[in-house]
Amino acid sequence: MIIDKKKLLIGAVGCLSLLNLSACSSLAIEPWVKPYERQNLADPIMSNNRHPIANMHIAHVYEARESSRGSEGTGGGGCGCN
Amino acid sequence: MRWYLSLCFLTCLLLISTASKNVEAAVLQDDRVDVLYHSYKGGGMSIDGPAILLRKKTSETLAVSAYYYVDSISSASVDVMSTASPYTEKRKEAQLGLEYLHEKTLMDFSVRQSKENDYLAKSVNVNISQDTFGDLTNLSLGLAYSDNEVKRNGDEFFAEQSRQYRIRAGISQILTRNLSMNLNFEAVTDEGYLNNPYRSVRYIDNSQPSGVGYQSEVYPSTRNSFATKISASYFLPYRAALFIHYRYFSDSWEIDASDIEISYRHPIAGVFELELKVRQYQQTQASFYSDLFPYNNAQNYLARDKELSEFDDLTLGLGFTYLVPPKYVYGDLKSEVSLQWDYIKFDYKNFRDPTAGTVVGSEPLYGFSANVIRLFYSLYF
Amino acid sequence: MTSKFKIKTLFSVTLSTVGVRTITLCSLLLSVMLFSQTANALALGQVAPDFTLKSMAGKNLNLTEQRGNIIVINFWASWCGPCRKEMPVLQKFYAKYQDLGVSVWGVNVEQENQAGRDFLADLDLKFPILFDDTNTISEKYQVEAMPTTVIIDRDGVVRYAFKGYKPGYEKKYAKAIKKLIRE
Repeated sequence: MIIDKKKLLIGAVGCLSLLNLSACSSLAIEPWVKPYERQNLADPIMSNNRHPIANMHIAHVYEARESSRGSEGTGGGGCGCN
Repeated sequence: MRWYLSLCFLTCLLLISTASKNVEAAVLQDDRVDVLYHSYKGGGMSIDGPAILLRKKTSETLAVSAYYYVDSISSASVDVMSTASPYTEKRKEAQLGLEYLHEKTLMDFSVRQSKENDYLAKSVNVNISQDTFGDLTNLSLGLAYSDNEVKRNGDEFFAEQSRQYRIRAGISQILTRNLSMNLNFEAVTDEGYLNNPYRSVRYIDNSQPSGVGYQSEVYPSTRNSFATKISASYFLPYRAALFIHYRYFSDSWEIDASDIEISYRHPIAGVFELELKVRQYQQTQASFYSDLFPYNNAQNYLARDKELSEFDDLTLGLGFTYLVPPKYVYGDLKSEVSLQWDYIKFDYKNFRDPTAGTVVGSEPLYGFSANVIRLFYSLYF
Repeated sequence: MTSKFKIKTLFSVTLSTVGVRTITLCSLLLSVMLFSQTANALALGQVAPDFTLKSMAGKNLNLTEQRGNIIVINFWASWCGPCRKEMPVLQKFYAKYQDLGVSVWGVNVEQENQAGRDFLADLDLKFPILFDDTNTISEKYQVEAMPTTVIIDRDGVVRYAFKGYKPGYEKKYAKAIKKLIRE
């Protein structure tokens, strides 16, 4: 049946992708940015989530007035309030 | 299907946690407490209130978080003014979260509840993220489920439900010493009672003195959507940060939306941070939306929610943070005071303001601007 | 509508947008590299790469001149949380084992080390701090995590390498030191 095949494929793909998460830690390619070269990226000003409480409010303001939802970066299930 | 999905998810969770060969680990974020005052004023609406966020590590691998937020709403918006009367309302939201770190895997579980006198939303969210490939890549997956109860003030027999499922996936990649990029996907599906129980659509009715008649909105009972976001962070050599993101959204109601945002963070003298932001959003209308229908029951589905109309909005944001010197704080703790101001201008392309014109169907297109203020104090301990 | 149908629709939406074939191909490609060998690590049991660096006190310190002493090299940076936590712990460790022929060398890996120096100003460290701002030493020692602690025995051979720092690691260092002292 078509539905069963799709379910199987979705499941297999999902499992494979997640399995790769651990597999990737043992890839043979050398990381090109060394841990001791991470100074700039580790700088607090480079954080996307510098002010988490503010980001949650920003996401809420837009979610309540715009139709698009998803990928806000603040996670959670949204409020859905009217 | 649901058991299959959960089983798969759990198996992968187990595999990830046991398969990590490296001894080194990522770290949980620092403990902090944030206290915020927020205010939104625009389009006849005035919403403000407090919020508080607390994060605390209970060990090197486990952290708890708590969030509480209140909206005090005073509404005299264009919809309210044309079909009802101004109202005040209070919405309270609370969220509890648990974070568990195992080697390079971070697992997040949280529950959230939002309550108003006519709406109760409960949701649960699970996230897993993994640092891989020399910590240059971070992969994440998340699931969320929400259950909502919709009521109507003044109608004690009205009780409807809706449910929402979300699945998200993301990859974060460090490209150079100064540049990192993110790609996020999120699919959302809703089912149940999806419209606002107070809102009505209008149609041409020459039997009425005003020329318009009103009937309740009728929405489809399902909605599926998919959003893709690509973003980048760049470290400028003189020590400043540049962020850019682009998000594309599409759903089964035929709404296509995209937004692009550029923001810039500039530290000053090591004690101040200045943030500038510009965001542009645009969307097309839902297939069953119309500002004015030709007659009663013109379609199977009817909507006049301006949120489903064709419009765009532009945000200009300014933020200022002061890094308080630890000597001024009890216990020599690190803390910050921040003030953020967003100016948002909404321009509707096919939603008209019924209170601003006399000829039905050719009232001026609606538009308004809002000022959003956030003032907060963050303490790291 | 049942929730079974909803989950299926959710995945259908995702799959139709991204493409089933694309997802499968990408996953399979990644899976092929599933069980490759681990990334390179500093070889234990080999002679430690020699180097000379200037310490904060102004003296030039050379590694091979330390033969006869046990050297604990700690690679750190001020922007790394666990490194900052480890510093006072290392000081205590140094104070305890200093008289037994053990020395601790803190090697700062920051390309611009003012933040590192500011961090040190608030601490009272008695062990030498060296600055590897060109990262040549970090590369030789294949530093893969921050912090990294390498323990070199009296003959200049790398015997232990610890990646990262969690409270309690100093006990591991102590155990290693005691073993090396008895040799």
